[in-house]
Amino acid sequence: MTTQMPVITGLGAITPLGLSYKDLWLGLCQSKCGINRITAFDPSGFTCQIAGQVPDFSIRDYVPKSMRKTTKLMSRDIELAVVAADEAFKDAGLTTKAFDEQNVTINPERTAIILGAGLISCDLVELAPAVAKSITDGKFDIKKWGSQGIELLTPLWLLKYLPNMLACHVGIIHDIQGPSNSITCAEAAGHLAIGEAAQIIARGDADTALAGGGEAKVNPIVHLRQCLLKRATADYNNNPKGACRPFDADAKGSVFGEAAACVIMENPENAEKRGAKVYAQIAGLGQSCSINSKYEFLEPDGKGIQYAIETALEDAKIKPDQIDLIIPHGTGIFDDDVAEARGIEKALAGAADKIPALPTKSMTSNTGAATGTVDVVAACCAMKDGIIPAAKNCENINKNCRLNIAKEQMKKDIKYVLCCSYTYGGQTAAIVLKKYE
Amino acid sequence: MNEKSKNRVVITGMGIVCPLGNDVKTMWDSILNCRSGTAANTIFDASGYPTKFCAEVKNYDLTKHTKNPELHKNSNRHSGFVVGAAGEACRQARIDIETENPNDGIDRRKMGIYLGAGDGSVDNENFFNAIVQGWDDAAAKMDWQKWAAVAFGKMQPYRELEQEPNMPAAHIAMLTGARGPVRSCLTACAASTQAVGEAFKILQSGQADIMLAGGAHSMIHPLGVTGFNRLTALSTRNDSPQTASRPFTASRDGFIIGEGAAIVILETLESAKKRGVEILAEIIGYGSSNDAFRVTDMHEEARGAVQAIEAALKDANLSYKDIDYVSTHGTSTAENDSIETLALKKVFKEKAKNTPASSVKSMLGHLIGAAGATELITCILAIRDNILPPTINLNDPDPNLDLDYVPNKPRKAQVDIALNESFGFGGQNNVVIVKRFNQ
Repeated sequence: MTTQMPVITGLGAITPLGLSYKDLWLGLCQSKCGINRITAFDPSGFTCQIAGQVPDFSIRDYVPKSMRKTTKLMSRDIELAVVAADEAFKDAGLTTKAFDEQNVTINPERTAIILGAGLISCDLVELAPAVAKSITDGKFDIKKWGSQGIELLTPLWLLKYLPNMLACHVGIIHDIQGPSNSITCAEAAGHLAIGEAAQIIARGDADTALAGGGEAKVNPIVHLRQCLLKRATADYNNNPKGACRPFDADAKGSVFGEAAACVIMENPENAEKRGAKVYAQIAGLGQSCSINSKYEFLEPDGKGIQYAIETALEDAKIKPDQIDLIIPHGTGIFDDDVAEARGIEKALAGAADKIPALPTKSMTSNTGAATGTVDVVAACCAMKDGIIPAAKNCENINKNCRLNIAKEQMKKDIKYVLCCSYTYGGQTAAIVLKKYE
Repeated sequence: MNEKSKNRVVITGMGIVCPLGNDVKTMWDSILNCRSGTAANTIFDASGYPTKFCAEVKNYDLTKHTKNPELHKNSNRHSGFVVGAAGEACRQARIDIETENPNDGIDRRKMGIYLGAGDGSVDNENFFNAIVQGWDDAAAKMDWQKWAAVAFGKMQPYRELEQEPNMPAAHIAMLTGARGPVRSCLTACAASTQAVGEAFKILQSGQADIMLAGGAHSMIHPLGVTGFNRLTALSTRNDSPQTASRPFTASRDGFIIGEGAAIVILETLESAKKRGVEILAEIIGYGSSNDAFRVTDMHEEARGAVQAIEAALKDANLSYKDIDYVSTHGTSTAENDSIETLALKKVFKEKAKNTPASSVKSMLGHLIGAAGATELITCILAIRDNILPPTINLNDPDPNLDLDYVPNKPRKAQVDIALNESFGFGGQNNVVIVKRFNQ
């Protein structure tokens, strides 16, 4: 990129650690864990019975009065994104149509919205009464379903479950009319959405962007999927706080959860002109792909991660030893952690074991399409406060993961942070954030 | 980025699996012969549904399109289609696939993928029967233990994994070994136009030399048709499926749900020249916008559509006067065809009625996430052959819709520049412009 990369001027997050990004950061600094036994449904028939659930909130508090009717069309994933976007705009000090229609300070046509979204599963309880009307001899009867069952569903039923609806609802609430996209790369989606938004600003197609991701993985069918794939741990149902153990020798799988996180990005000139506080500048982006015939897992040599990081460093024009903090994907899936650590190690050529690394999922859980943005928000906070929190549940580091996991909280002037992620299906992403001076 | 430093981006391969044929040539022959790809639904028993027909991919055998059927055996319909479409496109662009040691001179780290891809169908029988077993209708309560007993007993890990929308990209990565920028998006009916547009930008800025871009989607499954039938978005002309897709007519009553995959190989001009491959067309403009209006309706004044078209024209440094052909979104719904016509009138002003604007959805049906890339391929072929693909079934024009929709038969015309429009449910709009390649 020859043009100036955007700066981050606003943060928003709703995570199992709380309803704001400040709760997220405080929680990480205090080694809190947002993972508990699932209460959203009775999990006793599931191999994994724990998850990261967001504390109670009312979506009506985050939507202007005139738009409250639309909350009926919001699945949980959409609600989470709406909450995080609301905080991000407020934190950036920007006034959108949602806050004050007469004094809007964004240019709607020059504002982009790029959100990562997951595969939104329908609400089985909502579907069930219609299914119950479609039974013959104890079995589901699709003829009856088509002629009688479906009439019990609300006409706009489908619209709750389209992954693009996160961006559409948020776009309507805040009147965002510029480029709009919904990145559906599962656990890499959050980083890839931020990357795409950065490129849109860098190429001049927008001045401001809301970027991030949201996903509600505490849904029976979504949760089942991770259990069947054996990505979710079945070994720590009695010890939720100790369950997600990234890069730890006792890691037995990931723990899934729900969250959304958003950042406001602006071209640096605009941000300076309006005197915005700047958390960080996007310095480099990289993406690649893991290729593995067992595509629910990362390839063992971590090449896809390695390539993404190498590209990001090249884009940022920095050397590995200039990085002050690494936030890896770190799921707690034993083999994936080893593969990721290998990829990081190779990309950083000898510097990996010196740079503090902070996996966050032991505290936040693995929040799918949100997770990459949650990490970027954490990186911005770390940079602003000059603090690297202590990692959790990594007491006994897997000897095949040659990373310098942050054992204790430390003060540090952080100039560069590297965040990386990957997903089942193979997409990988890396972002280098730079302190803006 | 200044104009001079941007790479020119050309198209060097095309591949398709769609209701009108499982390769580009068959599809194009079908279009020039005004065939409809619509028929009764054979994928599942839709006889109870308000809409009992659709536009299916027919006679597609994945095992004939790959040396490693084992690798793709769990794929959902659309992930299977995309393997065939990508294979055809790669052969044309002389990209080696399914090999550890490609000999095509392409650095895999400079080869990426950008798909607009849908999610896959749920495991229908087990999905519904788990609900049947778990639900206590009298108490209106789900017994999750009973549900889980069926779900854990019957559902299969890969059958579940393959529903994720990033799976088509995973299959193409395995097929081609692409290690450059790999992304997947899902902006409803606009997804694959957006994918092509963003891939174009990735190449312009030099992050890759080659991108496989396009889409893959099938919503012809029990929940997909349920959703669209509840929205009353689908035609219910069950007595005449082949004439049901009738964009811009007075009697249009909804779109026809289709399925398929379409891939174009986008390449920097420099890379294409270096490799000496045939150049099919040049991609010169991309625009994206958001209606920010309602999730249920398009903006009444076509604000978002106009903005996306104008952004694409500006990106291409063109005036509306330069456009020879518009491939419309043209879904055959009351709302889309009216608003889209309004958008074209606003952008094309005095030239609106003289700019041919047809809907190939009249023949293909609506391939949802895969629609945009499929239609882009018809634009490239229109340029190659100087022929305008028609809007078929246009026998009773809506008196309020009075543009040149190329009714009922293809027409010879000089086509150098074509503009392709896609508008997604929820208000995401994307437009791409392609041009005949000139040195």
